[in-house]
Amino acid sequence: MKIKGAELIIRILLEKGVDTVFGYPGGAVLNIYDELYKASDRIKHYTTCHEQGASHAADAYARVTGKVGVVLATSGPGATNLVTGIANAYLDSSPIVAITGNVACPAIGKDSFQEVDITGVTMPITKHNYIVKDVNRLASVLREAFEIAASGRPGPVLVDIPKDVQQAECEYEPAEDAVEPQQYRNGKEAFAQAVKLISECKRPFIYTGGGTVSSNASKELLALAEKIDSPIGSSMMGLSAVSHDHPRFLGMTGMHGKLAASRVLSEADLLIAIGTRFSDRATGNKVEYIKGKKVIHIDIDPSEISKNIPAFVSLIGDVKSVLKKLVNELPPCDRKDWHQEVENIRNSSDRRLEKPKDELNPQTLIQAVNRHAPKDSVVCTDVGQHQMWTAQYYEFSKPRSFVTSGGLGTMGFGMGAAIGSCLGNNRKKTILFTSDGSFHMNMNEMVTAVSHQLPLVVVLLNNNTLGMVRQWQTLFFGCRYSNTSLERRTDYVKLVEAFGATGMRVSTLEELEPALEKAFAAKGPVLIEAAIDQDEKVLPMIPPDGTIKDIILKA
Amino acid sequence: MNSDEFILSILVNNEAGVLTRVSSLFSRRAFNIDSLSVGVTDDPKISRITIVARGDDYVKNQIILQLEKLHDVKKVELMPQTGTVMRELVLIKLNISQESRVGLMEAVSVFRAKVVDLTNDSVTLEITGERSKCNAFVEYLRAFGIAELCRTGLTAITRGPKTLKPDESV
Ligand SMILES: Cc1ncc(C[n+]2csc(CCOP(=O)(O)OP(=O)(O)O)c2C)c(N)n1
Ligand SMILES: [Mg+2]
Repeated sequence: MKIKGAELIIRILLEKGVDTVFGYPGGAVLNIYDELYKASDRIKHYTTCHEQGASHAADAYARVTGKVGVVLATSGPGATNLVTGIANAYLDSSPIVAITGNVACPAIGKDSFQEVDITGVTMPITKHNYIVKDVNRLASVLREAFEIAASGRPGPVLVDIPKDVQQAECEYEPAEDAVEPQQYRNGKEAFAQAVKLISECKRPFIYTGGGTVSSNASKELLALAEKIDSPIGSSMMGLSAVSHDHPRFLGMTGMHGKLAASRVLSEADLLIAIGTRFSDRATGNKVEYIKGKKVIHIDIDPSEISKNIPAFVSLIGDVKSVLKKLVNELPPCDRKDWHQEVENIRNSSDRRLEKPKDELNPQTLIQAVNRHAPKDSVVCTDVGQHQMWTAQYYEFSKPRSFVTSGGLGTMGFGMGAAIGSCLGNNRKKTILFTSDGSFHMNMNEMVTAVSHQLPLVVVLLNNNTLGMVRQWQTLFFGCRYSNTSLERRTDYVKLVEAFGATGMRVSTLEELEPALEKAFAAKGPVLIEAAIDQDEKVLPMIPPDGTIKDIILKA
Repeated sequence: MNSDEFILSILVNNEAGVLTRVSSLFSRRAFNIDSLSVGVTDDPKISRITIVARGDDYVKNQIILQLEKLHDVKKVELMPQTGTVMRELVLIKLNISQESRVGLMEAVSVFRAKVVDLTNDSVTLEITGERSKCNAFVEYLRAFGIAELCRTGLTAITRGPKTLKPDESV
């Protein structure tokens, strides 16, 4: 029996197990929305206020569930509004399929109403993209899109479908069984070399990134650490792979990493980097970063090997299966001296980094939220100081429980991300840490959260400034605060109440406790505005292109 | 060829946009590209792109690995410096009268070029060969005043029975 292209899209979504779609309707996707209407018992569509919010929601949904996130938008402005979200997913290797409508094939190339060459626009920020001009190819393209998004190093795929293709008819044939992707492609020698390096080293350091999270390899990671008696540090994207209180876990390294983690890393003679790409924010000066160390790099993407940091040995493949095999082949060993040294470094904290415990500051605020939050909450952030403080002070205990914009650093990511995370985590309590600058970018999505009564606890660290930029202006631009103190007069409580959410304002620790109790008891979205000093800094800080020797502990 | 120059042969799906994907990868990753030529292979579904690029081993590896990630790229091969037949075609127009053509025909024969068009006021020449030969010919012609010149970019194939075919899977 022949069906329309638009219906075929729904069938493929169902085939792929999609039950949640984010998007926004419009002229070029009317046919698809009509089919969504008919399939509303099987696929729930969430209409955001802006396509950017939908794209971030799909991205976060993918990160939290491990499934492919789906976002749908109309042609022209609908499609271009997805661009930031797609780039964000690309840089953080998040699997999403973006489906856009386009003008009908005969109208393409004529500058028709709402026509944009979205495949051209998104070529550099997708793993792959398609424009489907023949309905008979639609099914295979969509299936391929899902496979490309999820396989290897995950990432976004865009499928642009002209309106006449949605209306044209074709046969639907159910999918054949997919082939299992290859797990790894290393010869014996690579493993043997890795085993040799690890056995011969004295001071190993395991450095884990987002790849460990996306490959669900937390167990294997810990098995490796046990077997070779090694401490573990993490990139920001890797946080949540290892529970904060695991005795081997030192925390985040990098520009705003934990002092002890960065110190131990600098002492190591072997760096075992797992599912990570050595971003400049994570390494600082790349030459100094690996002085005195050899590097074993484990990643699924061969082009990451020796891209930023030269690898002595590389193991290419899915992190989970590579680690399993590696752990099997390694002889157990213990390194008492190294272990002791690590513990000494861990225990010699620096007074200068301590903050008063009895006042409202970023640390006490985040820790209080942490105490009130259920263990199964997902924590999202926007971008700026509040993001770094969250990475530093929040105690993550479950993989996929931290959703943040790492590679692109997208202010405005937070609201959409919180919505997607909440829906991806069975509508459980979801926390968003944000600040005035980021919140203003996509605060409209609070409206979406209200429509669906999502239990979000939005904590707005109001420092009345673009704090992260101000910090750089303080440290590197002679305190010339160009355009970062914006004199916004927004009354956040009134604002979110006008949207239909609950708003509260706190300026002391005493006020915070009851506010949090109320927020975590609420059914729908709540915003707590917490007053934070303009000149709070994110510390420690290794300046850009710097080393542990340049670390700033007090400013 | 310069020491840091290398030639890549790339088999790609013969589909719209593939050339853009490949060339934009070069600009996006700040790789230098000297020439690019493309045409369909014996299999109409597969095109072959030949790229001359510059860079050290790091750049060379990155280019290959990044190209291999493109979904439409089926095979990337670094062409060996020796044992590769390399050819480029150049068309050159000289707007010169018959009197000023002294020595021109001699060069055409020495370089094994061809005259492909002739009028009272113009000569159009064609030369095919390795780049050094083409370059030498072009240099020689400068004295006559080149009115127009176009090159196809290099294309290359290995000597002997070895062939370039897309990998079976993917
Ligand atoms: C879309 C976007 N524009 C600009 C920036 C540059 N930027 C990085 S952090 C920052 C300040 C963020 O301010 P806010 O959201 O108030 O967070 P705070 O640092 O105060 O916690 C800016 C402007 C960015 N990351 N993203
Ligand atoms: Mg702020």
